[in-house]
Amino acid sequence: MPDGGRSAAAVSVGGVTAAGAELTLRHPVERFALDNGLRVVLAPDRSVPVVAVTVFYGVGMRNEPEGRTGFAHLFEHMMFQGSAHVPKMEHARLVQAAGGSFNGSTHQDYTNYYEALPAEALERALFLEADRMAAPAITQENLRNQIDVVKEEIRVNVLNRPYGAFPWLQLPRIAFDGFANTHDGYGSFVDLESSTVDDATDFFSRYYAPGNAVLCIGGDLDVDDTEKLVRRWFGPVPARDVPPTPPTGEPWPSEVRRDVVEDALAPAPAVALGWRVPDPVGDFDRYLGTVLLAELLSEGDASRLERRLVHDERIAIAQSSYVGLFGDPFDVRDATLLTTQVHHPAGVPVDRVLAAVHEEVRRIAEDGVGAEELARVQARAEAQLLRQADSVLGRTLAFAAAELVHGRAELAGELAARLAAVTPAQVRAATGDLDPGTVAVLELRATGGRR
Amino acid sequence: MSAAQLDLSLIPPLGEPRPQPVPEVAETTLANGLRVVVVPRPGVPLVELRLRVPFAAASAGEAAEHTARAMVLSGAMLLGTADRDQAGIAELLQSHGAELSIASDPDRLLFGTTLLPGGLAPVLGLLSELLTGAAYPEHPVEGERDRTAERIAIARSQPAVIARTALAARRYGDHPYAVPLPPAELVAEVDAPALRRLHAERVLPAGSSLVLVGELDPRAATDAVAAALEPWSASGRAVEAPPAAERRAATLQLVDRPGAVQSNLRLGGPAPQRTDPELAAVRLANMIYGGYFSSRLVENIRERRGYSYSPRSTVDHQAAASSFLVDADVATEVTAPALLEAWYELGRMALAPVTAAELDGARRYVLGSMALTTATHAGLASTLAALVGAGLPADWLAEHQQALSAVTVDDVGAAAQRYLAPGALTAVAVGDAERVSAPLEALGAVEVGVAEVDAHPGAGGGA
Repeated sequence: MPDGGRSAAAVSVGGVTAAGAELTLRHPVERFALDNGLRVVLAPDRSVPVVAVTVFYGVGMRNEPEGRTGFAHLFEHMMFQGSAHVPKMEHARLVQAAGGSFNGSTHQDYTNYYEALPAEALERALFLEADRMAAPAITQENLRNQIDVVKEEIRVNVLNRPYGAFPWLQLPRIAFDGFANTHDGYGSFVDLESSTVDDATDFFSRYYAPGNAVLCIGGDLDVDDTEKLVRRWFGPVPARDVPPTPPTGEPWPSEVRRDVVEDALAPAPAVALGWRVPDPVGDFDRYLGTVLLAELLSEGDASRLERRLVHDERIAIAQSSYVGLFGDPFDVRDATLLTTQVHHPAGVPVDRVLAAVHEEVRRIAEDGVGAEELARVQARAEAQLLRQADSVLGRTLAFAAAELVHGRAELAGELAARLAAVTPAQVRAATGDLDPGTVAVLELRATGGRR
Repeated sequence: MSAAQLDLSLIPPLGEPRPQPVPEVAETTLANGLRVVVVPRPGVPLVELRLRVPFAAASAGEAAEHTARAMVLSGAMLLGTADRDQAGIAELLQSHGAELSIASDPDRLLFGTTLLPGGLAPVLGLLSELLTGAAYPEHPVEGERDRTAERIAIARSQPAVIARTALAARRYGDHPYAVPLPPAELVAEVDAPALRRLHAERVLPAGSSLVLVGELDPRAATDAVAAALEPWSASGRAVEAPPAAERRAATLQLVDRPGAVQSNLRLGGPAPQRTDPELAAVRLANMIYGGYFSSRLVENIRERRGYSYSPRSTVDHQAAASSFLVDADVATEVTAPALLEAWYELGRMALAPVTAAELDGARRYVLGSMALTTATHAGLASTLAALVGAGLPADWLAEHQQALSAVTVDDVGAAAQRYLAPGALTAVAVGDAERVSAPLEALGAVEVGVAEVDAHPGAGGGA
């Protein structure tokens, strides 16, 4: 294998730093930009004959205008409806009949599109992405069809199931103040139904400029050949003005915010606590302490909250903590929450659950964290990062997100080592933000089901 | 913008395929009967571990009780051993980057974790401790039992679970596969002595298989497994599920969920098992019908009509029965039209030939996605564990790829006529009966039932 990656990795002493450093070394990142502003990142690794192609556009749920909730996601659907040289359904066929897979997803600060394919299909994927970057098929018929499809998506994931909006659509509403952070990113049916072809054309024109995008290609590729292919297909896409990155930060909360939602489909109650955390980009070192604090609190059977709430006091059925709306701490900008979510039996008062969570945080604030406990948490976090990086698609998406959000694709390869370097003092310091006096608490009352 | 025409001269052609690496599979059977498969693989410095232990209910009569005990046992095994408590077990695993999950399905117990390579010996040692000496301490077991009951109640409130349970009950009648989730009152009766007895009788090396994939030396890893798991010497015969006879129900069962904004349509029938030569043709027929985005079902009820977000069909394998399954969650107001279209597309599969382009696309996708799935440690480990756990050789994959390559349009037609025909399938819908039963009755006989909240042994979605 040309990069000889594996022999170097035979050193695996199980040490966190060794593996972290190795991950950084094994995936050198090449980058260049086209005249139209498109940023390009190449991450070659020829150990398996698989290539991943992704385009990240710098527009997400937080950038939607008022009255157009859900539009970033609706527009993501429109990007699969065909383009200048690709009829409807043919995007899927051209990828899948080449043995590849595809999808797209809408996040808070970006929208991505991706394919994982056998290496020989690389140029086909570049053609498809370039064709829709230039001219997606925004027609009345396609828009009407995809409004219907998106409504079914929302019914499946939110309206027709218990806990569907909990807490991701409901907690930000009370934890934040500004429209960017509080509104429903899936969209209201009223806003979706009133969307027009003109709205979609304007949205595309404003946000889908090549200069507002990152193209990242990972896996079995030759750097020089791939650069030529990228220039051939993406070079002709005309440059357009790039909107400034909109500010999404907002002032820190200064008091407790509390609300109750009723869920007529849920058989048992739940509660979510959300705390504002440091700027994930501008205050990265402090933020790393917060990320490990979430792991220490909730990841796995050895974590503080699993032991206390589930095993020792038996006041919870399940618990979890995470940073970032969708659980990825490294693909979001400010403002962001650490969320702790607990499903508990109906017989356990919610205030007992809240008191136990706050007390566990206070214990860390007062007593600190042992080096051995933190090392265990770091080992687990490292294994999870490595597991994500084992898939060509997984690491290509991570490189692209790091480039778009942090301005440095390389960061994705360095995360294991950066987390391994976090000290017990940093994790202890991070508890300062988990203040019971500024928490947002959302209580879910089960008003249906068996109780 | 006018609709684009596909001009193939504009589409970049595919290059020459590069050879797939062929995994080097080291397979042994230990003296205690455990099959061990070790695959070294380039990639990240991690090891993936999978252990499968046969754990089926021996008969229909004991299925509900067995399923209840199996669900509690899979959580309770991690609550302590002679030497370690719950926290000690969890800390040891975590220090090696691991978190062991133990789950049960109608056929087996499934253990799985990722771990840092340096942790192989200690994690295998702990696994051995659990297999030979899980303590099932009384008080923690009660906690696990209560949590299991709560989790089952939450699962039963999900419409997809209600639909799956109803279809299983309708298809399998009094076979253990009819009870995928145990009744709450049987879970409440599980206690520590019952778990210890079940563990002693059924957690056996004979018939079990262990798969390790990742950064390891096959010989050293096999030796490490042999050394660690040698004390696992319980003897007895593995229990597999009894043969499952499909009951084809002619009427649609409608499970009432008042006020539901969507209906969950589920169709199911038999499919060839992994050793059946017809499997390759059925898998490709399934793809063309609804197995991926480029399929007839998705084009029809999603991209043309907007009835559904994620309609799909699958071929699923259990030890004693394989299934062809169709899933579509559709808006309440289009429930009957969506079912009509799903049936129409099934009928078209059964009666008219697919095109060569459809077959070629489906074949390339299946082969390509197998390559993608097995291009990670975790994906290869799970794939091999499913095969080896079903008693198949590791080279089944290569044979199956050859079988897929040989399938013709006629083969797909014959397979579809037998397995995809609407008349071969049992149908269930979960939805608001007041709004959907009359339109559904326009298509055929409908039997209305209510969703169970606390199930009773032997009964499915109610009737």
